[in-house]
Formats: sequence, C-alpha cells, structure tokens
Amino acid sequence: MPVTSPDKVSLFAEGTVSTLRLIVYLAAAMIIMVIDHRGGYLQGFRNMASLVVEPAYRAAALPSEVVRAGKLAIATQSHLVDENRALKEALLLAQVRLNRMSALTAQNDRLKQLLDVQRDLGLGVQLAQLIDIDLDPFRHRVVLNAGSVQAIVVGQPVLDAFGVMGQVVEVMPNTSVAMLITDPAHAIPVMVARTGLRTIAYGTGSIDRLQLPNIPISADVKVGDALVTSGLGGRFPAGFPVGEVLEISNDESGMFAAAVARPAAALDRSGEVLLLQDLPQPMGPPVPEPALQAPAGDSSAISTPGGRP
Amino acid sequence: MSNRRRAHALIFAGSIIFAFLLQLTPLPLALAAFKPYWLALVMIYWAIEAPHRVGLGFAFLIGLGGDLLIGQVLGEQALRLVVLVFIVLRFRSRLRFFPIGQQSLAVLALLLNDRMVVMMIRGFAGDPMPPLDFWVAPVVGMLAWPFVFLLLDDLRARIRAKPT
Repeated sequence: MPVTSPDKVSLFAEGTVSTLRLIVYLAAAMIIMVIDHRGGYLQGFRNMASLVVEPAYRAAALPSEVVRAGKLAIATQSHLVDENRALKEALLLAQVRLNRMSALTAQNDRLKQLLDVQRDLGLGVQLAQLIDIDLDPFRHRVVLNAGSVQAIVVGQPVLDAFGVMGQVVEVMPNTSVAMLITDPAHAIPVMVARTGLRTIAYGTGSIDRLQLPNIPISADVKVGDALVTSGLGGRFPAGFPVGEVLEISNDESGMFAAAVARPAAALDRSGEVLLLQDLPQPMGPPVPEPALQAPAGDSSAISTPGGRP
Repeated sequence: MSNRRRAHALIFAGSIIFAFLLQLTPLPLALAAFKPYWLALVMIYWAIEAPHRVGLGFAFLIGLGGDLLIGQVLGEQALRLVVLVFIVLRFRSRLRFFPIGQQSLAVLALLLNDRMVVMMIRGFAGDPMPPLDFWVAPVVGMLAWPFVFLLLDDLRARIRAKPT
C-alpha cells in the first residue's frame, strides 16, 4: 500500500486506506463466518493446521506448568502431609464404597443373568491431562492433551473424580477440546437422584452454576438434592453425579419452577480428567441399513439433547 | 541497513507471535474476564507506527490466524481486526501525535467498539448476551496500552540507536 511521506500528510488528513477495501474485507469476513457457522469447517481447518496450532497450545501452557512445578517444589512439608492425609481418607472412603459396590455388582450380574440381559455396564476410561490455556473466558472450553492419535472421538464424556465435567467437541491429532457443562451452549439430561425426576441442566456461563429452568411446579425437588446423569439422549451414561441443587424458585411465567445447581465436578481446577471410552448405546431400535432409505431411527437425532448446539 | 531492517522485522513478527501466546495463556479464574485483547493492542501499535506493514489484508490474515488458534467461528477475529485497523489507519495522522494519556483513551474507544462488534457477531450467531464483566477487558486494555507502547517503542529505538 502506498503511503505518502509523513511530512506531506496534514495532521487532519483522512489517512490512506480506502473504504472500498474495507467493504471487500468485511464482506469476505462475513461470508467466511456464515459459511463456517452453517458448516462448521473451523475444526477441519484446525485439524489441517494442527502442526502449528498444537505447539502453540503447548507453548502457551508452559508458564502455568512452570508455576505449578515451582509451587510443588516449594510446597511445605506440613502442607504435603495434610494433603496426603486427606487423600488417604478419601481413598479409604472410596475403598469402603467400592467393597460395597462389588457385592452389588455381583448381585447385579446374577440378576442380569436371570433376566438374560446382554448389555454390560463395564466402563473403559482413558486418562488425559488438561492443557492450561484459555480459549475464551466467556465460553467454557478446556483443552486436553489427548487427541485422535489416542483414539479420542467427538462426543466422549469427560469426568473427574467428583462428577461429569463435559464432553469432547473437537479432536485434533494430539489435543482435543472439551466443552464444560457450564458453557452457555451446553445442556445435559439429568435426573434428581432422590425422586427420579428427569430434567435438563443448562450451562450458565459461570463456572459454579447450572440452571434447571423447567421443572414442573408440583415436582418434588428440594435444596440439597443430588443430580445425576439420566442416560437419556445417549451421550452421557446414566448415574454419574452432575451437581447439587442450591436453590429453587418460580420462573417468571409462574408455570415452572427453576432451580440452580452447583456442579459436582471441580471444573475450575485443572489436572487429570477421565474420558469414557464406550459411548452408551443409543436408545431405541438399531439404526436401519442406509440402503433401506428408512426415514426415522437415526441415532444422531436422538443424541442431540446432550450434544452440540 | 539490511541488518537493521531484519531486526525490525524480527520485533514485528515477534511481537505478534508473543501477542498470540499471551492471548492463550490463562489467568487465574477470578481475573479471566480482565484479560485484554493483546492482539488488538499490538495491531494498533503497528498500524500507527508502521502502516506500510499493517494493511487491511494483513489484519484479515492475522485475524484468521487468531480464529484458528482461539476463535469459535472462522472470520470473527478477522472482521474485528479489519475494523480496528481501518479506524486506526484512518485517524493515524492524529493518533500518532496524541500524548500517551489521550492515546490510551483512543485505545479504550477502539476496544469498546471492538466489543460491540463482538456482541453483534455473537448476537447474529444466536449466542446469549455476555455477562457484565465482558466490558471490563477494554478498560484493562487501556491501562495496558502505555506499557505496550513504551515497550515496543523502546525496542525499536534501541535498534535505531545501534550502530551497524
């Protein structure tokens, strides 16, 4: 772009950029945005550019990793002893529960054999670590250090020790992006563990709040009720803790009760996460053969409630 | 001469890459909303000081790069940076001679405008309205501007002063 030398430009000159070029670039940007919004090609591009993108992610995470390593190095012994004791207690508690669970599992197996049920609830899990970078403070996404090379696929539920964290929405060769359950665009089918009431928990955009906007007004929900995944929608397997009801109020129309819940998972802390490997079986009859040209029964249509917006 | 130009180009590229990394680096959760749009600050600086390097096309490409790394929709940051750089280039001859305080206010205005563009884009995409602290980042950007400006200016002055 030609620029006249500064001494010739008056202080109030209108600069040297032409409005035409602005319009052309704005139009180009808008066209790209619309195409991408409709088709979601960004992930494809990111996949192609993963040679650049992934190292950038790792490089940006370096400072916080250094800080974490430094903190560990200078942590006082008493702090470590405390942490050790807390972890031992948690382990003990988990062991006790596990022992009780194994009896229940055995019983369950017997009953299932009696009922001749084929399906198995065995869970395959993968460990992944959070890469500590910040994609956008107003969207709750985290980057994990496992990708398609480690056989991660879009839609895998992400868990931590306390509950459901979210689900994988993008996969690159060695990293993947997960959407947290508190993302404003996320919804997860849940069930009140005490009563079995099914509803949907929406993300609010704040890291410690979930919203349950449409509970029937006559429903039996109390403050302190635990929410677990209901397994509907075929995305999250049933029975994992999601959160705890904090408050209940009527919504504006007075037709429904709206509840606010606190996520069970430690969403704001980084560390190791679990990725469930076996996606739950979609509900309903099996997908018909494509050759039959059947109109209904597509499993992807069923899995949308927990899926991408 | 060519040595000096090479150093200049190094600072130029380095500052932009550094801005990308800074954009990705996380802040503690309580401060997450206060992260300024570093990429915009660096682009404003170069649009004021080196308009022969930073045109609309360049801003477009950097924006696409930003979308690839950070963005959710391809083209969002491209649009934001094109708007930003256009305004800066339009008023460059005045912005250059503003004292640093006045320049910071101009940067605040630019970043607020940028926020409005973001809100428009997300509104069209059907996203919910952002929370109130969405508007804090431009103020932080204004406060960060003098440091960005002085740092980059100082780096360039050192190159100029260095005998080659």
